[in-house]
Amino acid sequence: MEYQLKINGRMRSLNAEPGTPLLWVIRDELALTGTKFGCGVASCGACTIHLNGNPTRSCITPVESAVGGEITTIEGLDDPISAAVQSAWREKDVVQCGYCQSGQIMSAVGLLRQNPRPSDEQIDSFMSGNVCRCATYVRIKDAIKLASDTLEA
Amino acid sequence: MRNLAPVTDAICKTTDSAGAPRAHESAAKHVSGKAFYVDDIIEPRGTLYAAVGYADIARGHIRTLDLSGVRSSEGVVGVLELDDIPGITDVGPVFPGDPLLSADEIRYAGQPVFAVAAQTELQARQAVKRAVIDCESRAPLLDVEKALNEKQFVRPSHSMRRGDARKAITEAPLRLEAQQHVGGQEHFYLEGQVSLAVPAEDGGMLIYSSTQHPSEVQKLVAEVLGIPVNRVTVDMRRMGGGFGGKETQAAPWACLAALLARKTGRAVKLRLPRCDDMPMTGKRHPFFNRYEIGFDLQGRLLGAEITVTGNCGHSPDLSDAIVDRAMFHSDNAYFIPDVAIDGHRCMTNTVSHTAFRGFGGPQGMMIIERAMDDIARAVGRDPLDIRKLNLYGTKGRDLTPYHQQVEHNLLPELIDQLERSSRYRERRAEITAWNAKNRVLKRGLALTPVKFGISFTLQHLNQAGALIHIYTDGSIQLNHGGTEMGQGLHTKVLQIVAETLAVSPDQIEITATRTDKVPNTSPTAASSGTDLNGQAARNAALTLKQRISECVAEQKQVAVEAIRFTSGQVFWSDNESMSFAEAAQLAYLNRVSLSATGYYRTPKIWYDRESAKGRPFFYFANGAAVSEVVIDTLTGEYRVLAVDILHDVGRSLNPAVDRGQIEGGFIQGMGWLTTEELKWNAEGVLISNSPANYKIPAVSDTPAHFRVDLFKRDNEEETVYNSKAVGEPPFMLAISVWSALRDAIASLADYRVSPALDTPATPERVLGAVTETRKQAAEKGAI
Repeated sequence: MEYQLKINGRMRSLNAEPGTPLLWVIRDELALTGTKFGCGVASCGACTIHLNGNPTRSCITPVESAVGGEITTIEGLDDPISAAVQSAWREKDVVQCGYCQSGQIMSAVGLLRQNPRPSDEQIDSFMSGNVCRCATYVRIKDAIKLASDTLEA
Repeated sequence: MRNLAPVTDAICKTTDSAGAPRAHESAAKHVSGKAFYVDDIIEPRGTLYAAVGYADIARGHIRTLDLSGVRSSEGVVGVLELDDIPGITDVGPVFPGDPLLSADEIRYAGQPVFAVAAQTELQARQAVKRAVIDCESRAPLLDVEKALNEKQFVRPSHSMRRGDARKAITEAPLRLEAQQHVGGQEHFYLEGQVSLAVPAEDGGMLIYSSTQHPSEVQKLVAEVLGIPVNRVTVDMRRMGGGFGGKETQAAPWACLAALLARKTGRAVKLRLPRCDDMPMTGKRHPFFNRYEIGFDLQGRLLGAEITVTGNCGHSPDLSDAIVDRAMFHSDNAYFIPDVAIDGHRCMTNTVSHTAFRGFGGPQGMMIIERAMDDIARAVGRDPLDIRKLNLYGTKGRDLTPYHQQVEHNLLPELIDQLERSSRYRERRAEITAWNAKNRVLKRGLALTPVKFGISFTLQHLNQAGALIHIYTDGSIQLNHGGTEMGQGLHTKVLQIVAETLAVSPDQIEITATRTDKVPNTSPTAASSGTDLNGQAARNAALTLKQRISECVAEQKQVAVEAIRFTSGQVFWSDNESMSFAEAAQLAYLNRVSLSATGYYRTPKIWYDRESAKGRPFFYFANGAAVSEVVIDTLTGEYRVLAVDILHDVGRSLNPAVDRGQIEGGFIQGMGWLTTEELKWNAEGVLISNSPANYKIPAVSDTPAHFRVDLFKRDNEEETVYNSKAVGEPPFMLAISVWSALRDAIASLADYRVSPALDTPATPERVLGAVTETRKQAAEKGAI
């Protein structure tokens, strides 16, 4: 079936079976490989994208449910909050293997959009669906706080 | 070339070469989604996708294998069975025992039987489901204690002896014995196993594999294809996590992809879905450990008999070396005057367990750390006093059970420093007071040390190579035999080369690890990646520096000793210089080679396994951690409240990277000991087979107070810039969490009972230990 998706600000048309996970469409059809496959059951967060601004697990999101919505992937981040988060991530040397990090960043941006000054508990609660096996958590928290400070300044 | 690139003579910034907290070499790519992993590489035209069919019984035989439904399934282009393999069929990395595909005997649930290549991944996975594998099933052997009793071993047992342990124990004033089960661990690298095989000329193959050991993948792919090693090239830019899980476990999937590519004549990608990766790949070995110890009234060890038994699964894989390393670390940081250590390698009907950060060391350390706590309860002293009393010391108390002398012993000083900086004694008093006031919640505190031996215990693996090219615009391409899995190896090696050539790290491009650039490499493992490859790269850089120096000296008519490399400039006098790029062009125009290899092998190490004596380790990396926990004695639930770490990385090559390894290693170790529980059902099928039923630490599990300090001391051995390895040692700092949990539980019996607490110490096990402690305390009349 042919679908029209708005992704990173552009309309893209593609063919996919109904029910195809959005993750496959993004990676295999649209060649946006910054979004990663981790577990396939929405339990690790590596595939996190924004659907209408909200962090969403693309591995369990059927392609048809994204029609008419605005999809943003790590490649399409282009706003002050995202820039602050990406910069804070570098400043705090968060990344180790990097595989989960685009998902972490997508969630962190989503968090700061909803809550510009999150507390430790709010960060824990919002980010706990994004696992990092290198366990860069200390720095993820620090980077979110730094981004929050930067945006407030 | 005829026309050289224009060069600038800008003074470069070399402030973030060796020793500086320079950012990860791919940081910018990682935060924008532009860092490529194997699954992100643009696929060749017509690439097929593979899936693997496996047995779902743990032990038995295949009676009939009917793949007709698989072959006729939509999109299927090729099916691979055992008989289709032209070369070797056993991919065991050291010893045989790992058939790539089985046509007869099944030894674990998840054992590959066939593989399929189809037009799409979905079609491949659907086709696999249409196989009819009719098996005759037998009751699997899953109990490690039963395997030990029946002497079902994958490899012979090994012993280390010094003095007369039996006599020392028998004559000791106090004696104890105990046993423990230490759980295994799923690697859960976020990027699962993946390989892309691309057919090349002459029957050769180009393999993109997420592997810690490209050379072994190269060799095994060549062997299964039945071609010389030189026709296979393996390319590995970065892994999305390895942790030991891609040391041997990456190879089978590369071999299957290559065989299917050979069979179909097309590129084949094999990426294991998580639900296949978890049952089909090896994990950290569960261990069953025992001790019998004799000690004096102060708690000083006099003799010990220690047995460590690895549950190896169905085949040897790396279990010889892993159980050896458990034995090498079953003393951890403590001197045992008379000692006997035995290590067994039990066969069970599970997937073959494998390397995982620490490589058996953590499991070995657990038994002696248990003993330290148990001694403390027996003699009524603080466990920290018992640990300090038993540390390796000066002459007469500095010999390990394998007869290596512990030199440059930092732990007594390091522990004293941490004891003060963490306020251990004050907090002990505060916790005692707090526990007296709280009936349900109890706090616990523990300081545990780590002494971890650095070097592969298989001597020949302690070598490395590097390759550096300088181009005529002054840009440098760097390649070495190590692989990047997030540990910051490439960042550190890049800094080392920048420092050696006095150029900006930005001038250097580090490229994918490739078997055609640096051959015959060792796995990136044993924490030794930087020690080995960093030194090899430095040697290559020194060769090039010498060549350029000689060329400039000749052209400028000065002595070669007068040439200095500083801040991107090459000086031939105090105030005359040219840029590094100009020097490179001068060398090129004067026909001086600007490409060099570098090589390194670790000095001083040897080990005679026959007599179990030698110096297997070049040096030891040290550290200590203080953890504080609070447990709920009604539910067994707990929190890690505070962690203070002091760790020895020698002279840090990159404090940002080193601290990251310490933070991450600790939390991963904490997961191993607390929440991560591997479960097999009675039929031998792994039921902890997804992140939904296997709990790795999340951000919310990070302790609220988490302080990491580096112990500032250069490595006294001649390592690269006197640094120390950092990948594995911090993992074992997490033993302090387990010890603190036992401390909290022991508080219920006024520290007169030493509760058994197998790991992972889940809330269920903590609650069980609380109940048992209260029972024992009542019997002793302690409360």
